[in-house]
Amino acid sequence: MSDNTREVLRLDNLRKSYNLGQPNEIEVLHGINFNIGRNDFAALVGPSGSGKSTLLNILGLLDKPTSGELYLLGQATSGMDDATRTALRGSSIGFVFQFHHLIQAFTALENVLMPLMLTRGKPDKLALQQAHELLAAVGLATFANSKPNQLSGGQQQRVAIARALITEPALLLADEPTGNLDTRTAADVFDLFRKVNRERGCAVLLVTHDPRLSASCERTINLVDGRIESDTLNN
Amino acid sequence: MISVGVAVGVAVIVFVTALIQGLQSNIIERTLGTQAHIRLISPDEVNIVLPTAKGTLQLIQEDKRAQRLRSINNWQQISASLDQLPLLTAVSPVVSGPAFARRGEAVGSVALVGIDLARYQKIIPLKNYLIGGQLRVGAGDALIGSQLAKDLGVQVGSKLRLDTGQQNSAVVNIAGIFELGVRELDARYVYLDLKQAQSLLGLPGGVTVIDLRVADIFAAETIAGQVGRLTSLQAESWIKTNAQLMNALTAQSLSTNMIIVFVAISVAFGIASVLSVSVVQRTREIGILRATGATRQQILRIFLIQGAVFGLLGSLIGTGVSYALVWVFNRFGPGLFYIPVSSTLILVTMLLATLTGVLAAAVPSRRAAALDPVVAIRYV
Repeated sequence: MSDNTREVLRLDNLRKSYNLGQPNEIEVLHGINFNIGRNDFAALVGPSGSGKSTLLNILGLLDKPTSGELYLLGQATSGMDDATRTALRGSSIGFVFQFHHLIQAFTALENVLMPLMLTRGKPDKLALQQAHELLAAVGLATFANSKPNQLSGGQQQRVAIARALITEPALLLADEPTGNLDTRTAADVFDLFRKVNRERGCAVLLVTHDPRLSASCERTINLVDGRIESDTLNN
Repeated sequence: MISVGVAVGVAVIVFVTALIQGLQSNIIERTLGTQAHIRLISPDEVNIVLPTAKGTLQLIQEDKRAQRLRSINNWQQISASLDQLPLLTAVSPVVSGPAFARRGEAVGSVALVGIDLARYQKIIPLKNYLIGGQLRVGAGDALIGSQLAKDLGVQVGSKLRLDTGQQNSAVVNIAGIFELGVRELDARYVYLDLKQAQSLLGLPGGVTVIDLRVADIFAAETIAGQVGRLTSLQAESWIKTNAQLMNALTAQSLSTNMIIVFVAISVAFGIASVLSVSVVQRTREIGILRATGATRQQILRIFLIQGAVFGLLGSLIGTGVSYALVWVFNRFGPGLFYIPVSSTLILVTMLLATLTGVLAAAVPSRRAAALDPVVAIRYV
């Protein structure tokens, strides 16, 4: 299913419960197993309440599983402290959210540079050049100095994608990235993800409701009631 | 916006503090300009009563002794040893006693003050108060106050007869007229050479008072105690002789401090509430920052720095405003006294304001840093 030598993510019997130890304890993920390789372009689909968001938070090291192990780039993550998880998240994972989540006070360029500035301080020449290249790659070369409120929704989402890519992550996690875009813009953004996956060798995992979107992905992981119901390759 | 609030607070603190400092130093300067910081005088003479035999009861009817004018014993040695004390900046032996000043029919009761001019100048800078003639005592020259000159109708160069009522009298030449600005002193002080005053007052070779000046005027009371024990003389500091003034000054300082504390508290709460709102408003942005690799410490630092910036910026503006206020006061105010603005005051206030900003930011920034990124990102 995936190239094991170039494995990015491996889930080993991952479980997640909320309200642990209380009468209203509830398990939302009941032992999830799958791998994601370097070249995967996968969609995570499932009805509301199936545990997609919870799973995505755990994959992004924003949340911890109750039991089971998550291997990111071969490293077991369960024993890591908060600082290590934050550092790993900053360097290996890019996030794109449904709502673009740009910082309004910054320009597009500064938003793209932000993850680098957080870890390395003031951006150097190379970082600036990289940011400009990424903006050009998402088709926003001329908007580098625009503030988010001067950009359209699709443009903002593309800035968010450029931001997610600046650290050259091994994995790009996208939560309903086209959820509040019109069909045409959504298609553009989707094409961009595909381009990123092919040209940069960056694994992409899209969470989506949209069956057309998931059908366009190379692989569809179907999550129902906290279990993987199917994991299929499309063609 | 909040920086303006901080600015107003800082301006109030700086201006009020400078005003009170100016006022207090002015009052103290005026008070101490015409008196010694510490006066050393002979201890009071007391009746010596024979101790009673054991088992007997003694009933005493005692008249307190009159305190005659007498010299301090061994004043030369005392003065010489006081000269060695680093706490004291000036030591001036003085002989002083009552006399009448007579010119024709006019008589005024005066206080004769025999001084060593060079030493006495360090206690009271007579030079600054001279309004006519020359600063000169000795060889029959005297300095008198402006009010006395007016009462007796004399001027520089006139003669004056001084009579101590002890079959001693002398005619002196008025070398100069001074005005200390205190009517009582200007009407009564007659400065003579030490030797002439000694012979007029019948105390050859003696002095009745040793005037002292200290570097730290607010330590005068403690120093007076030390010097008193050292010399076994009676030491009176200006703090004791001006107890009411000191009371007033202390009360004033207290009220200033209260104002400062309350202004600082309200400024701190202003900053804290603004930052709290800002944390709520930026919950999502904090979430993204955390998701893209910002550590808790970085988030904490952002908000702490923001608090510090509020404080610093506000204090910069506030300092400017208070400078303007002080300038206006000094330029167009009643002109009673000058308000100095010390750079220490400015620095301390700015430091305090910045510190207040950081402290006020502590609670909101901890809250920001503690935000769970999962929750924060989905916060609407």
